Amino acid sequence: MSVRLKVTEAIKQIAKEQHVTLPELTDGLSLHETGFDSLAFAILVARLEDELGVDPFTISEDAAFPATVGDFVRAYENVPA
Amino acid sequence: MSPREIFALRNYLGAELKGRTLSDAHHSVSLTDVLSQTVRGGRLGELSGRSVLLKLSDQLKSGLAMIELDGIARRMLLCPPDLNPAHLDALIADAEIDAVVTDEPEFWKDSAIPFVVIAQLPLTPAAPAETERATEWLMLTSGTSGVPKIAAHTLEALTGAIRAEAPARGPAPVWATFYDIRRYGGLQIFLRGVLSGGSMVLSDPHEVLADHIARLNARGVSHISGTPSHWRKLLMSGSAAQFAPRYVRLSGEIADQAVLDGLKAAFPDSSIGHAYASTEAGVGFAVNDGLEGFPADYIGVNASGVEMKIVDGSLRIRSERIAHAYIGRDVTKLADDDGFVDTGDMIELRGDRYHFVGRRGGIINIGGLKVHPEEIEAVINRHPDVRMSRAKSRKSPITGGIVVTDVILADGTDPARANEIREQILDQCRAQLASHKVPAVIRFVETLDVTPAGKLARTDA
Repeated sequence: MSVRLKVTEAIKQIAKEQHVTLPELTDGLSLHETGFDSLAFAILVARLEDELGVDPFTISEDAAFPATVGDFVRAYENVPA
Repeated sequence: MSPREIFALRNYLGAELKGRTLSDAHHSVSLTDVLSQTVRGGRLGELSGRSVLLKLSDQLKSGLAMIELDGIARRMLLCPPDLNPAHLDALIADAEIDAVVTDEPEFWKDSAIPFVVIAQLPLTPAAPAETERATEWLMLTSGTSGVPKIAAHTLEALTGAIRAEAPARGPAPVWATFYDIRRYGGLQIFLRGVLSGGSMVLSDPHEVLADHIARLNARGVSHISGTPSHWRKLLMSGSAAQFAPRYVRLSGEIADQAVLDGLKAAFPDSSIGHAYASTEAGVGFAVNDGLEGFPADYIGVNASGVEMKIVDGSLRIRSERIAHAYIGRDVTKLADDDGFVDTGDMIELRGDRYHFVGRRGGIINIGGLKVHPEEIEAVINRHPDVRMSRAKSRKSPITGGIVVTDVILADGTDPARANEIREQILDQCRAQLASHKVPAVIRFVETLDVTPAGKLARTDA
C-alpha cells in the first residue's frame, strides 16, 4: 500500500470513528474543510506514526503544519526512510 | 502507663492455641510456641530500647523478628525488598537507627551501626521476653522516586481496623496475601494472621503463580488479599479454578466493577470485599456489597471512629489508625491542623455512591485538560473480553498530548477478533467519556508491568 493510500485510509477510519462526514479527499482540500478537529488530527498523526514509523511534524522543529490534504500527504511521502 | 497495659504482638501468641504456623515456600514455623524461641540467637535483650533496622532477605524472618521486637525495641523500621540500597544511609540517619537485624552480616561489617544482630533459622530456644514499651513501627511510603518517607505507627493504630471487626466465625482463618508483609497492605494481613488466632502463608517473589496457588491450597488458606492487579493476574492465569478461599480482599488500587465481577464469577462461594487503606491514612473502610466505589453515607463519622471528608475533590481521613508522624529531618506534616490526612485519592459522587477516579499526582494532561488514566481504564475494563488495561498520555505535535492505551485481552480471546473488539471498546469509551478522554490508540499487549508493591506501573505518570 502506498503512503498516500495509507494516509487516506487512516483519515477515513478516524472520520468513521469520530462521526465526521468527509468531503471528497482531493489534494486541494484544506484540512479545515475535512471537518477534523485538533483531537482528530492528533489521533491521525499518532496512528500514522505507529503505522509508518514517522511523525514528520515532530521530527522537524520548523516544519509548518500543512494547510491542505495534499501538503499533509506529502509531509509523509517526503520523510527520508 | 504500666507495661502490663501495653499492647504488643506477643499478647496474641500463646501456647494455648495449637497448630498455628507462619510459613513461606521453604519453611514453616510454629506460632504456637514461637514465644519460647528466637530467630536471633539470644541477643534480644541487647536490642531493648534501640532503634532497629529490620533488613532481612525474606518475609518469614522479617515476620518472626517483628513478633520478637515488638514491645522491646524503641522503634523498628521495616524495609521492603525493593528498597533502593542507595537510600539506606539517609533512612538510617532519619530513623536514628542504632541496631540492625540482618541475615546478610557481610553487608554490615564495615557499617557505623553499633549493633548488628544476625537472624537465622531454625529458631533456637529462648526465655519468653516481657513487653517493656510500645514500640514505634516505621514504614516506608511507596510510589515516590527519591528517598521514601518514613511514616510512624503504633501497633494500636496499625491494628485498629482489625480489632474493630467481629472475630471470624468458624475455624480460625488461614491468611495469605500476594503482598509483601513489609509494606502497609501486607503488614495488615500479617497482623490479621497474628491477631485472629490463625495461621499465615507468605508469598515468595520467585515462585510462579500456579505453584503459589498450589501451596495456598495445601496450607488450607481461607482468607486472602491482594491488589486488583494481583487478582487480574490470577484471573488470567487459569489457576483460579483450583482455589476456593472463603474471603477475597482487594486493596491498594481502585477495585473496578470488572475485577469485582470477575472475582465473583471465579469464586462464587466466597465473600469478596475491597478495602481502602494507605501507609499514612491507615485503614479507612471496607466495602462488602460487591459494588465498586463506596456508599455516600460513609462520608462523615463511621461507627468505628473513622472520619472522612472531601476537600478539593480528594478524600481526607482522620482516625486513630492514621500514622502519627513522618520521621526524619526535612519532613512535611503528615496531617493538617485538624488531624486529617489528605490521601491524594480523588473521588467523585455518582448517584448515591462515591467512586475513586485516580491519584491527584497521576493526572495526565491531554491538550490542556486533566485526565485520570484510571477513569479510562475502568471503562475499557468493562468490555467482557478485556482483562486489564493501562492508559497513558503520548506527546502530540497537534494537541500536546493524546490518550493511548495498552490492553490485555481475556484468556482464550480469538486474536482475529481484535479489530472488532477495538471498535467496541472505542464505542464504549465514546458513549461514557468526554471526547478528549477517548483513546486515540488502542494497542493489544500480552503483559503490563506491575510494581513490586503490586500496583500497575505508571512510569510516565
